[in-house]
Amino acid sequence: MYEGAVQNLIDELGRLPGVGPKSAQRIAFHLLAAETADVKRLTHALTEVKERVRFCDICGNVSEEEECRICRDARRDGAVICVVEESKDVVAIERTREYRGRYHVLGGAISPIEGVGPDDLRIKELMARLSDGQVTELILATDPNLEGEATATYLARLVKPMGLKVTRLASGLPVGGDLEYADEVTLGRAFEGRRSLED
Amino acid sequence: MPFLGGDARTARWVRGCHRIRDNGGVALYRDEGVVLRTQNLGEADRIVTLLTRRTGVVRAVGKGVRRTKSRFGARLEPFSHVDLQLHTGRALDVITQADTLHAYGESIVADYSRYTSATAMLETTEKIVVVEKEPALRHFLLLIGALRTLGENTHDPRMVLDAFLVRSLAVAGYAPALEECARCGARGAQPSFAVHAGGVVCSVCRPHGVATPAPETVRLMSALLRGDWEAADASEERHRNECSGLVAAYLQWHLENGIRSLRLVERA
Ligand SMILES: [Zn+2]
Ligand SMILES: [Zn+2]
Repeated sequence: MYEGAVQNLIDELGRLPGVGPKSAQRIAFHLLAAETADVKRLTHALTEVKERVRFCDICGNVSEEEECRICRDARRDGAVICVVEESKDVVAIERTREYRGRYHVLGGAISPIEGVGPDDLRIKELMARLSDGQVTELILATDPNLEGEATATYLARLVKPMGLKVTRLASGLPVGGDLEYADEVTLGRAFEGRRSLED
Repeated sequence: MPFLGGDARTARWVRGCHRIRDNGGVALYRDEGVVLRTQNLGEADRIVTLLTRRTGVVRAVGKGVRRTKSRFGARLEPFSHVDLQLHTGRALDVITQADTLHAYGESIVADYSRYTSATAMLETTEKIVVVEKEPALRHFLLLIGALRTLGENTHDPRMVLDAFLVRSLAVAGYAPALEECARCGARGAQPSFAVHAGGVVCSVCRPHGVATPAPETVRLMSALLRGDWEAADASEERHRNECSGLVAAYLQWHLENGIRSLRLVERA
């Protein structure tokens, strides 16, 4: 245990995902030794992200305005929606430059064991977007792991009566992995070869 | 043993050998198990909780399994029945090899009600078999049996789950009394079901405000407990629903409302 402020910082850092007590301590001492200006920039970035960044009213992606850059872009194809779990998945897919449609960010995957059910995700918002008949294809790009698959299964069943084309990213993605770990080439190929989920 | 004499160096050498041999016995072991749960650890690792055939519940680290090129990431997903090689670690064991025996997840995840039922099985197993590394062979056999049945899709997933739940409770020593009063032991079918009394109760022992299920419902629960699928499959929807409600209440009472996924289980 360190004195007040240092221990506080270590405790706060230790709450971050993927940061264990040892890393928290290392980062804290790195910050202590850093130039004041560098640390000011970091605190500014932290405050700004909480003040300025919000979630897009339409797709749920992170955005600095009511609607995100992709939803505002008239050149994007409004007939296709790609459903992902998190904003970082949007970034991963955008990197491939394969996709010109729009997105819908669920905010996670269905995980009964963590108490996360369909009602805890932005599924109602998705259904509202599909109701005007403009969208003709729904691409289910949830993570290629069990919870992502289960979420895709749930969504496919839910939208079935709407008669859309429902597709799932092709294999080649690392099963059991996170979408964000897939490299651009693999992810691009998975997009190209997406398969229809209709029976 | 003369060479043990007063020589400190020899003594150290002998102690050293002993340590190596000790480690040789426990450092590396092999078992088969079903993945109950995975949790992300750091950047690319995962903590995997398994119910194994010989060792019971094991928590182990799968290194780098979230990365694209991981050799066994896909094999360490929930519902997978795997053959494992592990290294005993200080806090957590480390998985050094994993081979798929049965990938139950594939067929389970293709159907949402199968998925929610199967998830409740895994969570219940984790909550019932609480002590790590204590053999729990009957729970293990019950679990692989239930996952196989679910995957085959031969019975209503909700009944497969309920059968699994009452039988798990029975293995843990909490079998509900269904053929006699849980309080006084009076033989025969009884009119009420009292969760906290441990099963059906007679009209004399019956506490206030307890459920009075249809006799068919109690018979269904009994069939599920015995594994009598012929009787269970012939049951009516309303009795299955009532049975599910009682089983859930009975389970949650014993496990102190610990099963979160039960809320999300859906009927076929
Ligand atoms: Zn948007
Ligand atoms: Zn009685």
